[in-house]
Amino acid sequence: MKVLLSWLREFAPIEGEPEQIAAQLTELGMELESVASLGEGLDGIVVARVLDVREHPDADRIRLVDVDAGDGTSLQICCGASNMTAGDLVPLATIGTVMPGGMEIARRTMRGQESNGMLCSARELELGDDAAGILVLDDQVQPGTPITAALGIASDVVYEFDALPNRPDTLSVMGVARDLAAHQGVPFSSPVFDPDEDGRPTAELCHVEIQAPDLCGRFLGRVLSDVRVGTSPRWLAQRLVAAGMRPINNVVDVSNYVMLELGQPNHTYDRALLPDGALAVRWARDGEVVETLDGVARTLEHTDGVIVDATDRAIGIAGVMGGASTEISSTTTEVVVEAAWWDPATIAATSARHNLHSEASLRFKRGVDPDLAPLAARRVAQLLAEVSSARLHPGAAQADGDLPRRPTVRVRPERVNAVLGTSLSSDEMVALIDPIGYRSEGDGAALVVDVPPWRPDSTIEVDVIEEIGRHFGFSNLPKTVPTSPHTGELTGRQRDRRRLRHALVGAGLAEAMPMPFLAPGDLERCGLAPDGLVLANPLAAEESILRTSLLPGLVKAVAHNERHRMVGVQLFELGRVFQLGEGLISDPAASELAGRVLAGECEHLAAVMAGHDALRAVEVVELLLRSVGRWYPPGARLLDGALAEASAATVEATPLPGLHPGRSAVVSVDGLEVGHVGEIDPTVLEAHEIDERVAWVQLDLSVLLTIPATVPTARPVSRFPSSDIDLAFVVDEDVPAEELRRTLLIASTAVRPVSVELFDVFRSEQLGPGRKSLAFRLRFQEPDRTLTDGEVAAARTSIIDAVETRHDATLRA
Amino acid sequence: MSDEAVAPEVTAGAVDAQAAEGVAAIAGARAVDLLEDAESTYLGKQSFLANVKAAMKHLDPERRREVGAALNRARGSLEQAAATRRAELLADERRERLAAERLDLTEGLGRARVGHAHVVTQTWERLEDVFCGMGYTVADGPEVETDWFNFEALNLPRAHPARSMWDTLYLDASGLDGVEDGELVLRTHTSPVQIRTMLRAVREGWGPPIYVVCPGRVYRRDTADATHLPVFHQIEGLVIDRNISMADLSGTIEAFTKAYFGEDMTSRLRPSYFPFTEPSAEFDVSAPDGSWLELGGSGMVHPNVLRAGGLDPEEWSGFAFGFGIDRLAKIRHAVDDLREYMSNDIRFLAQF
Repeated sequence: MKVLLSWLREFAPIEGEPEQIAAQLTELGMELESVASLGEGLDGIVVARVLDVREHPDADRIRLVDVDAGDGTSLQICCGASNMTAGDLVPLATIGTVMPGGMEIARRTMRGQESNGMLCSARELELGDDAAGILVLDDQVQPGTPITAALGIASDVVYEFDALPNRPDTLSVMGVARDLAAHQGVPFSSPVFDPDEDGRPTAELCHVEIQAPDLCGRFLGRVLSDVRVGTSPRWLAQRLVAAGMRPINNVVDVSNYVMLELGQPNHTYDRALLPDGALAVRWARDGEVVETLDGVARTLEHTDGVIVDATDRAIGIAGVMGGASTEISSTTTEVVVEAAWWDPATIAATSARHNLHSEASLRFKRGVDPDLAPLAARRVAQLLAEVSSARLHPGAAQADGDLPRRPTVRVRPERVNAVLGTSLSSDEMVALIDPIGYRSEGDGAALVVDVPPWRPDSTIEVDVIEEIGRHFGFSNLPKTVPTSPHTGELTGRQRDRRRLRHALVGAGLAEAMPMPFLAPGDLERCGLAPDGLVLANPLAAEESILRTSLLPGLVKAVAHNERHRMVGVQLFELGRVFQLGEGLISDPAASELAGRVLAGECEHLAAVMAGHDALRAVEVVELLLRSVGRWYPPGARLLDGALAEASAATVEATPLPGLHPGRSAVVSVDGLEVGHVGEIDPTVLEAHEIDERVAWVQLDLSVLLTIPATVPTARPVSRFPSSDIDLAFVVDEDVPAEELRRTLLIASTAVRPVSVELFDVFRSEQLGPGRKSLAFRLRFQEPDRTLTDGEVAAARTSIIDAVETRHDATLRA
Repeated sequence: MSDEAVAPEVTAGAVDAQAAEGVAAIAGARAVDLLEDAESTYLGKQSFLANVKAAMKHLDPERRREVGAALNRARGSLEQAAATRRAELLADERRERLAAERLDLTEGLGRARVGHAHVVTQTWERLEDVFCGMGYTVADGPEVETDWFNFEALNLPRAHPARSMWDTLYLDASGLDGVEDGELVLRTHTSPVQIRTMLRAVREGWGPPIYVVCPGRVYRRDTADATHLPVFHQIEGLVIDRNISMADLSGTIEAFTKAYFGEDMTSRLRPSYFPFTEPSAEFDVSAPDGSWLELGGSGMVHPNVLRAGGLDPEEWSGFAFGFGIDRLAKIRHAVDDLREYMSNDIRFLAQF
């Protein structure tokens, strides 16, 4: 919405500098987008008389114009327009003028001819929309007169703001003036328009009928005769342009002017094109077609409203746009002015369905003051009489349907103070909202507030409290801080999330944030099932599928970096994935319990490490599980040395979608599957043009973090000497090292080792194909005594026995 | 040479002379092996002193006493000389070895493989910390939401015109049993967590009072550009207690502003409109140049929202506020284009 300061001042003696007024509008909730000064930048522009117009010898489209700028001498100007003749008075921007658009006028040569300034169109002066020709002045003024004086342009200020959806009153100059006047404490004068009326009574010329009272609350028609359609006077056109509208003809311009001024959209019909001057409103029939003013034939539905003529032909879409068939033309002499009140929800739905958003529909859908129609019609008549000598016929044709009930609201003063944190008296409250039309009376305990019809947003107590607060000034409220009775801290799960993230950062990985949307084919390209949830209204097909895995996003990220010659990139992501097939938690209470609606919405943590192999990925899994206390069995007492080394986590080789079939494994903790580890399938890498190995880790935090964390229990550190033995075994390739290690840890029938570390893996022709040698270092240490050589030897023998039997292993000499 | 042969010639003077010669030889030894040779020559089994000692029994008692004393003197001075020289030589040797191990420590610079938390996460965690310090806990909710939680419970019934304030992404429900079209949305704001938190507090019996913040990912049907992302992050604050007022909202925003941006910063509330709050306000923080920077939306929780959360608006009141985490990170770290956040380019990620 754009409002002019001069226009506001027609309603109230608004005070202050333009910047102060801007700040006040902001305080009132009209958030300014821009403040522009009008009539500035016109200083160097003067009236000049055209002396001669000649052809440019070397350019078809340029005229050479000699003008007298007031000093009696002749100045040559090059000009692209040709609508002026000798004797015309035209605006001349003299050398050095900075135009409203910022361009500076300089002396220049065009195809060999000198130009000593620029002749201006209305648009160049920001006075109108006409850019086709030079503005030719009708008035007789002396050449050399400043254009501002010649055209009566006063400097003005345009405030542009985004009207709040609940404040339809601010979609009018009058409404803004009312709010601002109340804020400043200056009187606001409600306008009275009393145009002369004569001729036949309206009842003989115009009939209106409401056939759908739930659609139309009020429908009013007035008739004007002797209308002369033409261009609008300059002052009117200038205001429309400043407010962002295009002048068309005086009838349409007046209609728009009144809409901007009062906030009542209204429509003008050529009465000659309306049989019997009759108008009616009804619901449209499905499939009914109407051609709107923009020349588009629109097919309607039964939930759209239409205006019809005496033959029941649709001639406009109710509250949205008029029809082409009754449009005002240059031959129009009789005009029917229509002003109505439409059901806001209907207008909102119609305007959305047809994607047709007009100034009228904007106001109607937010709610227009139902009492405004008669006033607006009179204002249109008055202005048309002024600008085209039109005559207004006495009386109005009016029909009423269902109008909203005007609410009265009980407002408890103590409630006002409780909500706002103020200590206002009820008189002070009344004084704050009375100037904006909220009339209040006390009923002893509370104020009974009569809400003005232009504020459809005020329906309950707290709405009125907002108005009191707004005019008290939000910035005048005290600033107090309530004290929370709770301990402010993260939950265990939130802390775990941070621990995981920080562990990965410590390990040198960078956190990425890929888009959670995928394109069709992305999942397949990553070897995953194409079963992602689909969006009903994606902005683009490439963003139409919700990810079921973090893999596609991270693989794309690696590929992106490789394309920019950034190799060895290690990234991780912590985010939600959305898996289908598990259905919905449709009961709101249950979904609230589970913290999700879609059963398959899970939180995943994944890492990609380009240039690394699956063993690095396993290392990262261990790092992650240890960082959140899920490495050892929950509740384990760590007094026993063997248990201390036996983790709750297992890594079991399994082919997994998207991963290298020989280098992938399922990670489980305490028997629950919590994730995948391995390397990205080379086929997937190839499809993404990635040349490195890429290690992969994926943990489902929705599972992992529900497993209770181990609380470590201290065990005394032994003061007695330890002794180590090294054992190497040759086993089949398919015997996992970890299985051997676990046997080594627990199989002793004598003392058990406190730690077993795999320190060498060796393969050779000598060992034979499919065989490998695993070398372990076992450390023995007792908490309460020094071990004897005999004890260690006994342990060694029993351990070797166990390993050889259980794993078909041979001790290497 | 037999003991008898030496004996008659042995004098204390000869021993002393031999000792002096030995001390000089030891002190002059250039290396540990040379020192050991000298030690052997003057103190070893074949040395003059050893021979003298062996011949002592052939001497008469007086001479034996004199020579014995000289022998002790000689051994003492030789051993001390050897110890001193050994220490000197070892010190020299260590000095040389360490000199050879000299290292240019600047070679170690630039080799750290540092990881990086995303700048949005860093901002997110810092916000959580600030609010935890103010006594708030952190709440969470799903990203796929029902229309009821995302809109209806927030005083936005189906036909509400203000729904157009959010460009909503809907899920195609055709594959989902018992779900109507338009029933599932990608949440357009973190506000549904307000409702979830109220319902949970009542059910679990820990509140109200409720003091929570809800950071999270939200979605809009928006084309990505320098200042908009279709996927971004918000943090929502919710306080429900007895007698909570707009002054409490204003003071809390101010306290947050000072805690997060610095003591010299201030804040203001400006009237605005949100369907789920009444009164509603946007809040700004003062920028260093004195201008105001629009940060987010806020207001007093609408009675209908309290009711949807299972609370009686006559008994409980509260305020809510929310703002964009990405935008905050953008401002603080001078990020020109929000799309960088989702570029996953290591050259961007590694800057934070």
